[in-house]
Amino acid sequence: MYELIVIGAGPAGITAAVYAARKKMSFLVITKDVGGQAAWSGDVENYTGYQFITGPELAAEFEQHMKKFSIDLREGEEVTAVEKDGAGFVVRSPQGEYRAHSLIIASGKRPRRLNVPGEEEFRNKGVTYCATCDGPLFSGKRVAVIGGGNSALDAALQLVKIAEHIYVINISGGLGGDEVMREKVEANDKVTVMNESRVRGIEGETFVTSLTVERAGKAERIVAEGVFVEIGLIPNSEFIALVAKNELGEIVVNNRNETDVPGIFAAGDVTDVPEKQIIIAAGEGSKATLGAFRYLAGL
Amino acid sequence: MEQTVKVYSTPTCPYCVRVKAYLKEKGVAFEDIDVSNNQGAAMEMVKLSGQMGVPVIAVGSEVIVGFDKGRLESLLG
Repeated sequence: MYELIVIGAGPAGITAAVYAARKKMSFLVITKDVGGQAAWSGDVENYTGYQFITGPELAAEFEQHMKKFSIDLREGEEVTAVEKDGAGFVVRSPQGEYRAHSLIIASGKRPRRLNVPGEEEFRNKGVTYCATCDGPLFSGKRVAVIGGGNSALDAALQLVKIAEHIYVINISGGLGGDEVMREKVEANDKVTVMNESRVRGIEGETFVTSLTVERAGKAERIVAEGVFVEIGLIPNSEFIALVAKNELGEIVVNNRNETDVPGIFAAGDVTDVPEKQIIIAAGEGSKATLGAFRYLAGL
Repeated sequence: MEQTVKVYSTPTCPYCVRVKAYLKEKGVAFEDIDVSNNQGAAMEMVKLSGQMGVPVIAVGSEVIVGFDKGRLESLLG
């Protein structure tokens, strides 16, 4: 039985682990991946101490910092359930089950799905959720970016350098996001912005060949080989039913990172803390461990 | 027996970075193929794996899509 289990190893989970190691707690980190969303970020220019660093580089620095301590890390393992177990909690994954007196949930967020026919079938066969990763494979091709916020604009601007033509398919009446990026997207000849448009399906044979878009009550077929889904993020909080969540599925915490269940703390983007930033997630992770440490001392 | 290991990747994908770091840590020699600036290699990767996501790791005649540590470990021994 551990004193603490940290679920997730993005900026919040890694910082929680560093603090736990320095407090010499007995703890385990279980995570699907190391680095979390930070590893998927582009350029980071607002993490104090680094005037400029890329997301993957910053994530690697975090990881090295955590691995400086000899910690119990189970990477590539996804938590499927968390339950109460006597005086503590049991955390289950397909690979095993682990027990602890306290928990820190720092499981972050993942890209929201469109939930349209063809999306799952053509995943990695034209449908992608990471323009930074997979964009280069669509060199000279026609592609569609779904979404109208900053991440969609960012994807479109990355693809301008690679693809033949980019359709930006946006559900609302006009693009959102930052003015500077919006202007760049709208001014580019390679980009067609389709507002008030909704994706109804993705079609193809082995790979994507087209998508069906509904605009003003009429369906039209757009020929494209790539579909970049950039419609926001949802919290990875389904595996825990014990704690209170808000209407977005984010875990509700107070300013000490306590959930409504004593002994369960949460930190980072999976929580309802306003502003999803790497530096905020890291700070919240440290607070969560200090809170857990205090909680354990009181047991 | 030594098997050839190829990693098809893009410079910006985090799992690609992790696969390569993992192989280096294990002391496994591999050919690093950047598909972002090599259309021929990109097509080869798509043909080999039947999909378009990176990374793709070819260990001998076996193909792994994504950073599947378990399968990599069992193939590399």
